[in-house]
Amino acid sequence: MSGPSLMDSLFQRSLEDLIKGLRQQLIGEQAFISKSLEEIRKEIKSTDLSTKSTALLKLSYLSNLHFHDMSFAVFPALEVLSSPRFSHKKIAYHAILLSFHDSTPILLLITNHLRKDLNSTNEFEVSLALQCLSRIANVDLARDLTPEVFTLLSSNKLYVRKRAVAVVLRVFEKYPDSVRVCFKRLVENLENSDPQILSAVVGVFSELVLKIFSKLAPLEPRLAKRVVEPICDLMRNTGATSLLFECIRTVVTSLSEYESAVRLAVGKVRGFLVDEDPNLKYLGLQALRIVAEKHLWAVAENKEVVIKSLSDADPNIKIESLRLVMAMVSEHNVSEMSRVLVNYALKSDPVFCNEILGSILSTCSRNLYEIIVDFDWYVSLLGEMSRIPHCQMGDEIENQLIDIGLRVKDVRPELVHVARDLLIDPALLGNSFLHGVLSAAAWESGEYVEFSRNPLELMEALLQPRTNLLPPSIRAIYIQSAFKVLVFCLHTCIMQGESIAPSASLDYLPSGVSASASYELFDDFSVENGADATVVHGQTRASAPITEESIVDLLNLVELAFGPLLGSHDVEELGPVSLSAQGKVCLPNGLVLKENLSDLEMICGDIEPSSSNSFSFGNPNEEKDGLSFSSLQIKEDSEQPHESTSLLAEHRKRHGLYYLPLRKSEIISNDYPPANDPTLQGDINDNADHLVKLTAESLVPKRKPNHSKPRPVVVKLDEVNEKPVAMKQPESRDNSLSGAVREVLFGSEDILPTSSQSNLSNSSKRKGKEKQHTDPHVESKESAVGDGNSSSRRRSQGKERRQRSPRKKNDEERKDTVQKEKKNRSGRHKSIQRAEEPLKVPAQTSVIPDFLL
Amino acid sequence: MIKAVMVMNTQGKTRLAKFYEYLPVEKQQELIRGIFAVLCSRAENVSNFIDAESIFGPDSRLVYKHFATLYFVFVFDSSENELAVLDLIQVFVETLDKCFQNVCELDIVFNYSKVHTILDEMIFGGQVVETSSSEIMKAVEEISKSFLYPFLLCLSKKTC
Repeated sequence: MSGPSLMDSLFQRSLEDLIKGLRQQLIGEQAFISKSLEEIRKEIKSTDLSTKSTALLKLSYLSNLHFHDMSFAVFPALEVLSSPRFSHKKIAYHAILLSFHDSTPILLLITNHLRKDLNSTNEFEVSLALQCLSRIANVDLARDLTPEVFTLLSSNKLYVRKRAVAVVLRVFEKYPDSVRVCFKRLVENLENSDPQILSAVVGVFSELVLKIFSKLAPLEPRLAKRVVEPICDLMRNTGATSLLFECIRTVVTSLSEYESAVRLAVGKVRGFLVDEDPNLKYLGLQALRIVAEKHLWAVAENKEVVIKSLSDADPNIKIESLRLVMAMVSEHNVSEMSRVLVNYALKSDPVFCNEILGSILSTCSRNLYEIIVDFDWYVSLLGEMSRIPHCQMGDEIENQLIDIGLRVKDVRPELVHVARDLLIDPALLGNSFLHGVLSAAAWESGEYVEFSRNPLELMEALLQPRTNLLPPSIRAIYIQSAFKVLVFCLHTCIMQGESIAPSASLDYLPSGVSASASYELFDDFSVENGADATVVHGQTRASAPITEESIVDLLNLVELAFGPLLGSHDVEELGPVSLSAQGKVCLPNGLVLKENLSDLEMICGDIEPSSSNSFSFGNPNEEKDGLSFSSLQIKEDSEQPHESTSLLAEHRKRHGLYYLPLRKSEIISNDYPPANDPTLQGDINDNADHLVKLTAESLVPKRKPNHSKPRPVVVKLDEVNEKPVAMKQPESRDNSLSGAVREVLFGSEDILPTSSQSNLSNSSKRKGKEKQHTDPHVESKESAVGDGNSSSRRRSQGKERRQRSPRKKNDEERKDTVQKEKKNRSGRHKSIQRAEEPLKVPAQTSVIPDFLL
Repeated sequence: MIKAVMVMNTQGKTRLAKFYEYLPVEKQQELIRGIFAVLCSRAENVSNFIDAESIFGPDSRLVYKHFATLYFVFVFDSSENELAVLDLIQVFVETLDKCFQNVCELDIVFNYSKVHTILDEMIFGGQVVETSSSEIMKAVEEISKSFLYPFLLCLSKKTC
């Protein structure tokens, strides 16, 4: 160990040396720091307090600015703290502030030191101790030191008293019982005419009130009435911008019922908006946003400024104005607004572009697309948005495309059109952000292929060579959709072949493969419909007839595209699964396997098993199976779909062990996944109206002709459940403190008089800082005190009298106080106006607690 | 309540850091880096506010001011008014100026204790207690005096 401390202290490096040394190290700063740390560790063990304190100071420096851990110096810090010298104390407290926290083990040892320093005559020492207390107080410290704080609250040194008041909140928080002791003194401090003390006390109260009483009843209307006038006066007359802003903020957050006040505030806000200073612009926009919730006219008035701000240089301002613009969006102007915004997006930087797109998407999809009337337009907008170069909202667009397709039947043709546009473009395949969108497009083109005008084109788009750029999961969707399209084409071809109108021959196939035609084709399989298709739909949607040649082409194309895949390692062999293993698969919730499927008879009864849609590729895992079957089919004539089913039946006979027990339904099909998969069901019985009832997706037509009411969304329920859980935690912490304060204020009464109760809650409105004046409170308190002595028993009468007299006095005093406050405030940077209403509380209670008298 | 005060230079080196809620040093470093990343991408004539919620958690706002080579950053919650905090930064810088006569970055570098003292006189435990730079100066001078006097006393003790 080192020798006598004198040597150490003589050669010890001071903080200044350390700093200089650090700065001279161009390389090897870390090495220098480590060396210094070693030295510090040695020095800090020295018995000489000066050495120790210098070491501690150096360590604090390194910890603070170079982020080194200094927890090993906890005990030495305490030792230095015990020094009589002020400079040592200062260093020690500084170190403690940096390194101590609630779970520091030797926190308790500090109690005595703090007590000593709190009782010191040197106000700076007291201040140091108070500061330390304010930061590291825990329950024990708070409890033990409450008496000292109590004393200090009435110290005759302004310097000390101010700081004591500031500390009091923290003490209250940690040790709510201290409220009983200290509250009176705290309230007494309100009487103090010194504005500094006042502001400190008010600060404490505002925090107290905001935390505790934020749960209580809403704003007392009488209070608001009284407060509005002075605030408006202030707004009109003040020169200080920060004060003006505070007034504006109060008005728009808590006094929004008062039209005139709001108008005045909005007028001032407009002044902010046109100001050159970007700070004021930003704050003006923010205030406008708060106002917008209830007073949309205010935003409409300032529309031009808001839209101009969209292209401001400052990103904050841009985002605020974007939010405001979104607030202005409604059913009628959504398309123009979106047009304007998309144009902005094209011109902006990537971040803002995505902001814009994101907000458009979220606003339009709010409440299940509440504001959208014209879904065709919206769907094409979605397609357009995907094409914007910086767009990174691919996932959201994907979700919405699929969502809308599922919910809104009438938009499906347009949806398929948009999907086709997206799929055809080879450039999009390379953009990884768009993969989601492309997969949605592919799925929808397969799903709703009957609405497509040109399925052949769709097929080509799905099979284009560049699709190998896509990740396997999305390619799978492409492949499935390709098969769906193929099936559809084959089917129509078959149908057309079967339903040959007397005069038509195969070559002369009608070019209409339009939506309703296909509906009817599937439904009735009757001959007339084929003719109907040509007749009814004058505007034929399909551009290419589905002829035999085209089908053969299609099949060749498919073979070409998928042939190589058969050998691909991405495609996995699906082996047979034993019954016991199948038994181990747990059923998903809500799936009832034994359910009677006789209802299916109704729908599928008329479907002949031989020509059933036996390929249902709902499951990507089935790919191999599907492929093998389809490859078999490709080789043969298209008229043999039932060969696959017979093959399956054979296989089943041979390996019956591995199959799930046969269902009641006659249809032996590869109908995995389970029955409640809406996608699959949609696939099989797409056009059957009966299905609608079965799946309980009620597509009830809305009042607007163009779209249907979407089905109910289950997800919402979960969101609602989450909120109450989150809210519980802050409550428990505040409860003890609020309970203590309440006890103190109202004795043991559990029922508060309603007016005072709601008075309590006044500034509880989230950001509302009432511009109330302290003096009315002081007046009322004094009068209350005067009355209280005599009438503490006569509650009802006394209550009324007391409540009336403060109010009367308020009216008289208000004029004086406005002047006084203005005087006080003019030079102040910090706004004094905090929640002063709750100060009325002690005055207006029916029973004045004894210690307040 | 003020949550934190930071002064960093345009290269990202921290010159002053004070957090009014306890945070472990690694977290502090992370926060400062995060803020610096946002600050250096800000243009010159834009507003002085940054949304601090992603860095500091809910209900946090950030106001910064750029003086010469330094960024003065104040983080606070909704109980403070942004414009008032801007004024507060002004007061702080003015006080530093009075104290060091034409303060520059090096003054802050070499006067670690004094700068902290000044800040502590202004903001106490997260609450603003003094907004007059002359008052702050007075207090700081008093404190400096009480450093000197005991030092003389102690020196005589040591030689014994």
